[in-house]
Amino acid sequence: MRSAIRRMEQSAISRHNAQIDQEEKALEMDYRTPGTASEAAALLAANDGAFVLAGGTDLLVKLRAGFVAPRIVVDLKQIPRLRGIEHDARGWRIGAATACAEIGEHAAFLAAWPGVVEGLQLIGSTQIQGRATLGGNLCNASPAADSVPALIAAGAVCEVAGEGSEREVPVECIITGPGRTSLARGEFIMGFRLPDPQPRSGDAYLRFIPRTEMDIAVVGVGVALVLDAQGLCTHARVGLGAVAPTPLLVAEAAKALIGTRVDDAALKALAAAASAACKPIDDKRGTIAYRIKVAGVLARRSAKNALDRATKK
Amino acid sequence: MAKQHVTTTVNGDQVEFLCTTEQTLLDVLRDELYLTGSKEGCASGDCGACSVMLDGRLVCACLVLGAEAEGRKVETIEGMAKGDVLHPLQQKFLEHAALQCGICTPGVLIAAKALLEKKPDPTETEVRYWLAGNLCRCTGYDKIVRAVMDAAAVMRTA
Repeated sequence: MRSAIRRMEQSAISRHNAQIDQEEKALEMDYRTPGTASEAAALLAANDGAFVLAGGTDLLVKLRAGFVAPRIVVDLKQIPRLRGIEHDARGWRIGAATACAEIGEHAAFLAAWPGVVEGLQLIGSTQIQGRATLGGNLCNASPAADSVPALIAAGAVCEVAGEGSEREVPVECIITGPGRTSLARGEFIMGFRLPDPQPRSGDAYLRFIPRTEMDIAVVGVGVALVLDAQGLCTHARVGLGAVAPTPLLVAEAAKALIGTRVDDAALKALAAAASAACKPIDDKRGTIAYRIKVAGVLARRSAKNALDRATKK
Repeated sequence: MAKQHVTTTVNGDQVEFLCTTEQTLLDVLRDELYLTGSKEGCASGDCGACSVMLDGRLVCACLVLGAEAEGRKVETIEGMAKGDVLHPLQQKFLEHAALQCGICTPGVLIAAKALLEKKPDPTETEVRYWLAGNLCRCTGYDKIVRAVMDAAAVMRTA
């Protein structure tokens, strides 16, 4: 009798242990470092629960908090095309996994697109910028991502890699909602293309936060514009952040500038168009009314900064 | 699955360790390599107490996977003094009493050293912005900023 009970106990223990083994197996996470884009796309497409790792400043926080439970972490940083800043006949190319600190130190890129650099230098602290990437800031898909409105204003285009495919997608078409992107399974961003800035052009990004550093945008506005030899604005793009479920490209705001000397009347019309495009939420960082108002103010100031730069080029 | 086998350089020495994917570089430094100078404050990249240099770049060790350290160069607070000789920043932190509980201090020192290597003559504003990612709940930062400015002056004349 006793031995029968012992056998039952032992079998219960071994069942219990098997269950623990299985649970641990479910929690185990693989780490892969593909060396090519096609290898990475294949890994991402073939595996449920495969997550991309670039700078890790969002993924590792979500991992620790238990918001995500990847089966495979696919570190893209060993793929040469995802690293570095290059200039060629088409203009600038930034690898999607290049650290923001590295981009900020690139004197020629800073001279070409100072507004884009203003945006990415507002992402977190010095430490965060040592790791954070443009690809990650975009694909984390926060409405308040600081680099995104400036990239939209600059007309940046993403090189998207997938299984056996490559396509180019404007930055403003990537984020579809908070935390959601238009990328298909297996797809990831390899790099960003920015044209050479035209003569007499300038870009700028401003954001509002209640303190001076290390906070999430209440509103962010990127403006890029081009002047002709007479000082008339011939081209403009305006990107808004943190005032809608996604960062916005606001055509009406750009129209307010085009054909003008970016004078007070044009800036007033720009502010009104930027405010009109807002569909913000109320939260602890800002009310709906406040965000709408501030979007107009920042659009005006950002356009003035872009104008100053354009008149100096 | 099997643990990752990682070979890396820490403070100039080649080291090897085994880690699971979820172990961060901070977990590895503290729990596998017993380099407990780098502290865990928030584990989410907000406080900077785990600041280390990775291939010459200031990062939070809590936001790097241990497995990512393969073939890279890691520098921690343990490598800052040369034997018994303190780094000028460490010396100035003592002189200015720029620490109280000391939890933030290793991270602040690593971050300040990175700043002075990049910019030997920073303004007070530049020091404050550069160190914005290093939280200190004791000093109110003034003593830290003064110590960094003083160390920078000493290092420029050295």
